[in-house]
Amino acid sequence: MDLTVAHQFDDAEQQQEASTLGMWIFLATEILFFGGMFLGYTVYRAMYPHEFAAASSHLDVVLGTVNTAVLLCSSLTMALGVYSAQLGSRRMLALCLGLTMLLGAVFLGIKFYEYYQKYEEGLIPGSGFTWAGANPNQTSLFFVFYFIMTGMHALHMIIGLGLMTVLVLLTRRGRFTPSYYTPVELGGLYWHFVDIVWVFLFPLLYLIDRSS
Amino acid sequence: MSTMPVAIYTREHYLNASYGWKSWLLTRDHKRIGLLYLMSITFFFFLGGAFATMVRLELMTPKGDLFEAETYNKLFSMHGIVMVFLFLIPSIPAVLGNFLVPMMIGARDLAFPRLNLLSWYLYMIGGVFTLWAIVAGGVDTGWTFYTPYSSLFSNTHVVLTVLGIFVVGFSSILTGLNFIVTIHTMRAPGMTWFRMPLFLWSHYATAIIMVLATPVLAITLVLVGVERIWRVGIFDPAIGGDPILFQHLFWFYSHPAVYIMILPGMGVVSELITTHARKRIFGYSFVAFASLAIAFIGFLVWGHHMFVAGESQYASLMFSVLSFLVAIPSAIKVFNWTATLYKGSVSYDAPMLYAMGFIGLFTIGGLTGLFLATIAIDVHLHDTYFVVAHFHYIMVGGMVMAYLGGIHNWWPKISGRMYPEGWARLAAGIVFIGFNLTFFPQFVLGYLGMPRRYYAYADEFQVLNVMSTAGASILAVGYLLPMIYLIWSLKYGPEAGPNPWNATGLEWQTLSPPPPDNFEETPIVTEPAYNYGPDRRTSI
Repeated sequence: MDLTVAHQFDDAEQQQEASTLGMWIFLATEILFFGGMFLGYTVYRAMYPHEFAAASSHLDVVLGTVNTAVLLCSSLTMALGVYSAQLGSRRMLALCLGLTMLLGAVFLGIKFYEYYQKYEEGLIPGSGFTWAGANPNQTSLFFVFYFIMTGMHALHMIIGLGLMTVLVLLTRRGRFTPSYYTPVELGGLYWHFVDIVWVFLFPLLYLIDRSS
Repeated sequence: MSTMPVAIYTREHYLNASYGWKSWLLTRDHKRIGLLYLMSITFFFFLGGAFATMVRLELMTPKGDLFEAETYNKLFSMHGIVMVFLFLIPSIPAVLGNFLVPMMIGARDLAFPRLNLLSWYLYMIGGVFTLWAIVAGGVDTGWTFYTPYSSLFSNTHVVLTVLGIFVVGFSSILTGLNFIVTIHTMRAPGMTWFRMPLFLWSHYATAIIMVLATPVLAITLVLVGVERIWRVGIFDPAIGGDPILFQHLFWFYSHPAVYIMILPGMGVVSELITTHARKRIFGYSFVAFASLAIAFIGFLVWGHHMFVAGESQYASLMFSVLSFLVAIPSAIKVFNWTATLYKGSVSYDAPMLYAMGFIGLFTIGGLTGLFLATIAIDVHLHDTYFVVAHFHYIMVGGMVMAYLGGIHNWWPKISGRMYPEGWARLAAGIVFIGFNLTFFPQFVLGYLGMPRRYYAYADEFQVLNVMSTAGASILAVGYLLPMIYLIWSLKYGPEAGPNPWNATGLEWQTLSPPPPDNFEETPIVTEPAYNYGPDRRTSI
């Protein structure tokens, strides 16, 4: 009997089909979860376009761009990881997962440095919020959404790092073969999803009205 | 399949396969998890019922003499929160759905048994947070948590409650995800989509709502929590926030959630009607697609909660039209159930009584929904007792009737024993009478202008309010009775045998209680659902 097939499934194919569908449905829930924040952001940006543009210019676009590049590279290493799992190359898989984790950690490091900068500049919404320009209240709404959206994204990155750790451990125990690597594939789906969220966050938050 | 009952004590089944706390608390068997849910939601049902009792007691007299105004606000809030999030949403899906979805498609378990167990733990953790908030002094925002009152002004335990509901939401997402994947990938050989019992279609539709709507509630509650903890004013008009945005986000979940609270009931009723009228369902594919249509349109009607909240007129018009559209698939179901009864061999067992009660009460609840979807009438009826009566006809008259009918219908399968039929019919009658006496006067009260959520009212409303309170006490008896005789039947009920109703569903083709893996061998399906015919009528 194949030990990688759980008792409720008839065969490995059915199990793989179920797991993959489950992951896609989970990602659909995630889209709706982030969707609520994107909706709030859109509504307030439409209500206060000037305040949002002014607030956006206080974000560090260089760090944001670097982070985007870092994250896209991590998607590449993740995709290579899935490819190595298909080939059954255990060492390559562990290496790719490790690189993905490293890039993820770099992203989080830069993100938290940016948060620290905002803290130094008094741009954390709430009682400590200081804003020299016009309409500080409406401007603080931009930063509320900046922190909630990037914060939720960072939380998903941290969960992703946890998943990667588990995948590395499983790889080192030799649990994946060219015929069974579903967890790697699903971890990859999750990681790519989190990247795509950032691909939307970056222009919406950092690149408002850069031409003026 | 042998029709000889196999003695419950002498063979292995899911209840006696292992013993001890650990075998239950760490179980991955969908049937045991269903029972864990049954016990937990029963607790919350009676807790929510206790709050309702106190509300009705206060409303016996026009003056606010039993409770303080603030206490009353907490009572109706906690009644709503407990009943909606901790009872109604998980009720049929998490208990009967958990138990029956794998059995009805001929599978050994749900696709993700560990996630299923996790969903129960999340439910319990969320329940404990909510209980903690209640014990610590409660919450007074209503179950809707409207901002900016909930986020900036209320002095009660909003954050704790919101956290509890946030966590419970994930249990509902996991249940929905499990159902969708299971129905897609784990059907037995021959079980095509259009051979599935309609219970599965309605659970599939419910699961779609759970999966797509609940995350929006989650993020909305996060935003409320953030605003309340850090005082940043996301929904506070004083600093440029938009309270209507909260209502849009909240109802984007909560209106579809209303259909989480009725679709599973419709699935149960389709089973009860066919089983106890011994007839194939009238218009199978119409009933099946009506479930999907309700789920789909249900996502597009949320704005009808905001007709008087400052939503644009054009938006209101669209939401009004879309809300009318929900009536079409709902009516299709009601007509098809009724047509199924026609020339059926109807037996008036307790499950059938509940199903008939469902059809009548759901029809009243649905039709009064059309009143409220009409913008001009809604301006008159908004926030009155008419609305309260309307949604109780759907949620209690519909969902709770279906839930009780379903519990009775599948009790022989769950426990292996029959419930006492005479008592069960009596209880069904008491529930029906008590329910109507409680809630019909509220339609009148609301139309006359009594607002909801006030602890005092004008003197001329007292007669109808006393009727309503009297009805509530009858209803309470009707709810307590089944709990007593069902527990009694666990020990003293006669053994049911595999198929006491001589029904066609796969769940009846295995032993009662089922073996741990449900079926001794994977069933092969060769006929459509509800294939009742003359030959089956006499086979027991």
